[in-house]
Parts: sequence; C-alpha cells; structure tokens
Amino acid sequence: MSGHDHDHDHSDLSEIELRVRALETLLSEKGYIDPPALDALIETYETKIGPKNGARVVVKAWTDPEYRDRLLNDATAAIAELGFTGRQGEHMVAVENTGTTHNMVVCTLCSCYPWTVLGLPPVWYKSAPYRSRAVRDPRGVLEEFGVKLPEGKVIKVWDSTAEIRYLVIPERPPGTGDWDEERLAGLVTRDSMIGTGLAIDPRGKEPVA
Amino acid sequence: MNGAQDLGGQMGFGPIERDDGLNFHARWEERAFAVTLAMGATGAWTLDASRFARESLPPAEYLSASYYEIWAKGLEKLVVTHGLVTDEELKQGKVLVGPQQVKRVLKAEDVADVLAKGAAVDRPEHQPARYRVGDRVRTRRMHPEHHTRLPRYARDAVGSVEVVHGVHVFPDSNAHRQGERPAWLYGVTFKGRDIWGPDSDPALSLRLDLWEPYLDLA
Repeated sequence: MSGHDHDHDHSDLSEIELRVRALETLLSEKGYIDPPALDALIETYETKIGPKNGARVVVKAWTDPEYRDRLLNDATAAIAELGFTGRQGEHMVAVENTGTTHNMVVCTLCSCYPWTVLGLPPVWYKSAPYRSRAVRDPRGVLEEFGVKLPEGKVIKVWDSTAEIRYLVIPERPPGTGDWDEERLAGLVTRDSMIGTGLAIDPRGKEPVA
Repeated sequence: MNGAQDLGGQMGFGPIERDDGLNFHARWEERAFAVTLAMGATGAWTLDASRFARESLPPAEYLSASYYEIWAKGLEKLVVTHGLVTDEELKQGKVLVGPQQVKRVLKAEDVADVLAKGAAVDRPEHQPARYRVGDRVRTRRMHPEHHTRLPRYARDAVGSVEVVHGVHVFPDSNAHRQGERPAWLYGVTFKGRDIWGPDSDPALSLRLDLWEPYLDLA
C-alpha cells in the first residue's frame, strides 16, 4: 500500500504509535470496530478516491459547455453524473477561475476538503502556516506556491466553515483546443483545484498566470 | 471556542512546507485515520462533536501535534466522554469492562456504500429565510466556549449575502448533544478591507458559509 515498515519491534514505537495501536486494539476487542473495515477505508483513499476524480470533472467542464453550466448550477448533481458522491462531498460547489478572478479554498478552523473529488487533504493544507495565512495574505501564499497573479486580479478566498465543499475549476491553458480529455486531465493538478496552483501550461510546462 | 484551531489571520507560523503529497507518512497515521472514520460510523457522536473534541485540546498541544495525532487524541477523548471506553482502560490498554451498545459497526463489505452515501446535512425548511441575496449582514460579536463555526477573524464584521444555501444542521448545538437545530445557511462575502483593515489587499474578498444565528441585518 504505502511501503511503510510494518515490522517495528515494539520497543521502537513512538508514544503516538503505541497510543494509536492501543486504541485500535481496545476498540476492536470491545467490538466497536472491525479491523478489515479499517483496511478497506485506507485502501479506498490510497487507491480509489483522489485528485484524478476532480481532474475528470474539470476536463469535462472545459470541454462540454452544457456540463459546465450544470456544474456551476448544481455541482453535487453534476459531479454525481461522473460517479463521485458521498463523504465530504455531500454539498459541492464549483467555483470557476477567470481572467479577472482567482479562487482559493481553505479551512481555517480544521481541514474541510472535498474528499469525493480530491481525496484526502495534503499535510500543508491542514497546517497552521496555510490555514493562518490563506485568508489574510493569499497573494503571498500563492507566490510561495510559485504563482504570481497579475496585479489587480481579484482573489476570492473560500473559508470552508460549513459542510459545503469547494472545487476550483482552473482556467484552461491556451493552445489546448484540440486536446482530448485524457491529455487535458494531465494538466489539472491537485493544487490547481484548491486554487493554490494553476493548470499546467503545456507550452512551457509552467503554470499559466 | 477560541481554541488553537481558529487559525485564520494568526501570524508567525512561517512558510508553508510543501510535501510529497502522500496521504500518510507512517502506518499509525493510516490507522488513526481509519479508526476515527470507523468509530464515526458507529453513530455514537456527530462530526461536529469530533471537531470539538480536537479543537478543545490545549492550544500548545494542538499546535505541536501532527494532524493525525490531533485526530487520535480527539478520538481518545470521544470514546471516554461517550462512555465507550474508560480512562483506566485507555491507561492500561486492555478491556476491563464490557462494551456499550453502539448503533452499528462498520463492516469491510459496507465501506464503499457508506462512503458513497455520505451524510448530507441539509434539512427541510420549516420557516422562511430571514435574509435574502444582497442583504448586508453583520456577524455577531461573540466568544462562546462551545463549538462554533464563526471564526474570530470574521466576528463583528459586515458582509453581503451572496447565496442562500438552504437549511443545514447547526454545529453549535449538534456538537454538544443538543440536537441538530437546523438553521438557514448563507454564503456571505466580505471585502478584505472590512476584515483586515485598510492595509489589506484591495482586490481580496472572503467568502464564508454562516448560519442565521451568527448574523444580524447590518
């Protein structure tokens, strides 16, 4: 699955490893959890649900104007058309980056993230540096991610304070008019769907500004 | 509550550390994640209660812990406060008293269906929404010790209702076994300058989803 060393000698375990192991054992022995279900949960997010889902949504929005309209009108239903539903994606909203507005998503209070389309959030998304600065200095945050927005471009930061989950639709890079969906999907990075990045510009393999 | 979780606008945390993008960086993180989800599926507590358990960790502990460490510590608190495990059992790491009844136990074969179904939090509308799109609203000045989803940086601030989402479960009560008390939820947009003052980026706007009890007409 992820290649961690699963065969530590007990004495090598850190305090938190021991605590988590003890907790799992206790809850399992009490019959509250079923260990194979834990394996299934981990496997689902390691192999089945991730940013590839979101990239499919974005590419369809880029290539099918009617789908784009449905997505902007009712993202939960439009995303469900592609088979992505459920936990941490029950109430979806898609926000579209344009020539004049850049959208960026954060959860300052915890780590809310659209699991159905992006999988589990990366460590930096859950970290204090991102959560503290995204709402106050998003332009500075973007620069740290290597994105320099044109002066005066509106930045809208979406703080996920309720159960609405946001998916950013990045701008489609120029010169990709005749690309098929699979090729386009390769341009849609996870960060571009959070709004901390842009879709890859194939002309320079650089994100487009 | 004004806990360490309420990070918006705080300073001094340094640069954002980009990482390899892996979901988990140790096996215990995988287990902490999965145990938390599986225990959530028992229905013993709400998602809001689990957020409150995490954010009520002492601030120094919250800020120095990795994210799955916060989850694990939050889960320890939840199982004890809900009477599923005793303090002594946690301490000794072994079963000392019989189990409590839980509503359901998540089985491997049900994982895909349960995840695909999710748990929607929209509820029927029993009364009309107080605010309409375009209304100017002021967020309340408040510092509750209970769970709330109105961040400190956005309190006592004026914004505009951009969308009326519908009626959603109210976390402030639902986190504390006081029922769902569904309330109208609004998408409210604030100008950066109305939140951060005149030094703010003039091209910044902030959008938060806020429940009716957080808002008054401006």
